[in-house]
Amino acid sequence: MRIVACVKHVPDATANRSFDTDHTVDRAGVDGLLSELDEYAVEEALTIAAAHDGEVVVLTVGPEQALDAARKSLQMGAHAGVHVVDEALHGSDAFATSLVLARAVEKIGADTPVDIVLCGMASTDGAMGVVPAMLAERLGVPQVTFAAEVTVEGATVTARRDGDVATETVEASMPLVLSVTDQINEPRYPSFKGIMAAKKKTVETWSLADLGVDPADVGLPAAWTTVQAVDARPPRSQGEVVTDEGEGGRQLADYLAGQKFI
Amino acid sequence: MSEILVLVDHVDGSVRKTTTELLTIARRLGEPSAVFVGAGIDAARETLAAYGAEKIYLLDAPELADYLVVPQAEALAQLVASAAPAAVLVPSTPEAREVAARLAVKTGSGLITDAVDVQPGPEGTPLTTQSVFAGAFTVQASVARGTPVVVVKPNSATPEPASGAGAEETIAVTVSEAAKTARVVKREPRTKSGRPELTEAAIVVSGGRGTGGDFSAVEALADALGAAVGASRAAVDSGWYPHSYQVGQTGKTVSPQLYVANGISGAIQHRAGMQTAKTIVAVNKDAEAPIFELVDFGVVGDLKQVLPQATEEIARRKG
Ligand SMILES: Cc1cc2nc3c(=O)[nH]c(=O)nc-3n(C[C@H](O)[C@H](O)[C@H](O)COP(=O)(O)OP(=O)(O)OC[C@H]3O[C@@H](n4cnc5c(N)ncnc54)[C@H](O)[C@@H]3O)c2cc1C
Ligand SMILES: Nc1ncnc2c1ncn2[C@@H]1O[C@H](COP(=O)(O)O)[C@@H](O)[C@H]1O
Repeated sequence: MRIVACVKHVPDATANRSFDTDHTVDRAGVDGLLSELDEYAVEEALTIAAAHDGEVVVLTVGPEQALDAARKSLQMGAHAGVHVVDEALHGSDAFATSLVLARAVEKIGADTPVDIVLCGMASTDGAMGVVPAMLAERLGVPQVTFAAEVTVEGATVTARRDGDVATETVEASMPLVLSVTDQINEPRYPSFKGIMAAKKKTVETWSLADLGVDPADVGLPAAWTTVQAVDARPPRSQGEVVTDEGEGGRQLADYLAGQKFI
Repeated sequence: MSEILVLVDHVDGSVRKTTTELLTIARRLGEPSAVFVGAGIDAARETLAAYGAEKIYLLDAPELADYLVVPQAEALAQLVASAAPAAVLVPSTPEAREVAARLAVKTGSGLITDAVDVQPGPEGTPLTTQSVFAGAFTVQASVARGTPVVVVKPNSATPEPASGAGAEETIAVTVSEAAKTARVVKREPRTKSGRPELTEAAIVVSGGRGTGGDFSAVEALADALGAAVGASRAAVDSGWYPHSYQVGQTGKTVSPQLYVANGISGAIQHRAGMQTAKTIVAVNKDAEAPIFELVDFGVVGDLKQVLPQATEEIARRKG
């Protein structure tokens, strides 16, 4: 079985994330890391691969630093990596990203077909949660998304999906795109052995030309949406904080009554 | 006047509040048409017209319920092609978000997710506001291509009644074989809590690790205030409260009038789900907890003492 895990390199959420003057996410001024939500995808890919004698290829699209995200996935146990990097990709939106991912998955599968494309539920920076659906649309394969539990039997993937009003069980046949939530597993930390083994693994670097993607179809100029303005929200100013000395609950009720919540 | 499609969010015809918000927003941009997918229109038509739907498109086919996302995206793409609307507004549910994503790819249109406000921009095209990086920034954006598809968060507008004609039109849906691939083999409705829905509630009272696993004080305060109950991921991961009540980056985003955080430290991922609440109140025994940076009012104290006292006091005042 062949699994491609799509991972994104994102600015650290606990750092001061910001924007560049062209309104794109600042990916240079802030430390980046493998999106935490994509660790769940890597973990699931490794689990499925282990049970089905499979291979995991990690795929990332992004600037130079994005290589770190692929590297970390290799340390976790992925077998090989692909990093798509190209000047023209700067400022790409979900449409462009899904296009590049689709072409890359096709290229990875050119000799030995890909059975599952695994994604996280959303990137922790853009947080659109739409790339997996777009990728499935572009690849013309089934999508099983937001899976909180997955079983693989033969060529059938069954997933539990905790929807808004119901819990659904969804079934589809490979090849398919599968996205997983943070409820699905407990991602492993790279072991010392894993870190050493990763040093011998290769990450191939592909450009848009390697994928036959026209640079005019990606990047900021091709974006289908235009950011008009970005403003830092004024920090919330701290209100009154009292210490409970036996009256805290009543003080709280007083405040709520004063604000007409009671 | 240009037509604005609103994808109706409903459970067996019972229309969720977000739909009335979307219809209200649609009226700012043009003439709202409700798109009702599935069965149950009898329970829905009155509400849709009462919030200004001039037209109601009825899309029904067994495939729409049996297969995930794709048939709905196909059906909507057909409707967009025939009705040529000026924009499509979609609620921010997991399924609708992906329907929007695929609709946008199919129709070659720009997509904006999780708008917290939508106003008419130049030439009437939607100008959206999004809240990003856990609420640290607001972004204004518009769509540069195709038919704007906008996913709108709950509580992004106050629903305003307006009578619409509600003229119904049944659309024949053709679902391709290629769309029938991810089959829903089982659907178990959520058990209802009897409290207001988390994303719609005017007041949310939530609990975190600091509850130590006992949510009774949190629930009692919630009931005294007529509020929904929420939980932090730490509480959910510990198995104390179901995942569907999680507030934050990987749970629900809430934007209530009042958010009361109890025994929650205020991690960035939790903030991402509640930062846009109008008023924030916290009870935490650690005066240094980051949640206090956000609060309008805070109590440093043990929630096991503070909450029952507050609940009792509220009950007393209500008489
Ligand atoms: C990718 C990712 C996504 C995430 N998504 C979410 C999300 O959607 N939602 C979410 O909530 N978290 C999310 N998290 C987790 C988040 O980082 C925090 O770990 C989590 O919010 C902590 O929950 P907590 O505040 O309940 O627990 P803690 O951080 O442990 O805080 C408990 C607080 O309770 C206080 N306390 C203890 N006892 C009492 C008492 N008796 N009375 C009063 N106060 C008391 C303590 O002082 C402390 O401040 C995510 C993390 C990651 C990496
Ligand atoms: N640049 C990227 N490179 C690789 N995978 C990506 C990239 N962007 C998004 N993805 C995948 O798509 C998922 C959802 O991303 P998003 O739609 O941006 O929230 C992520 O969890 C990843 O698995």
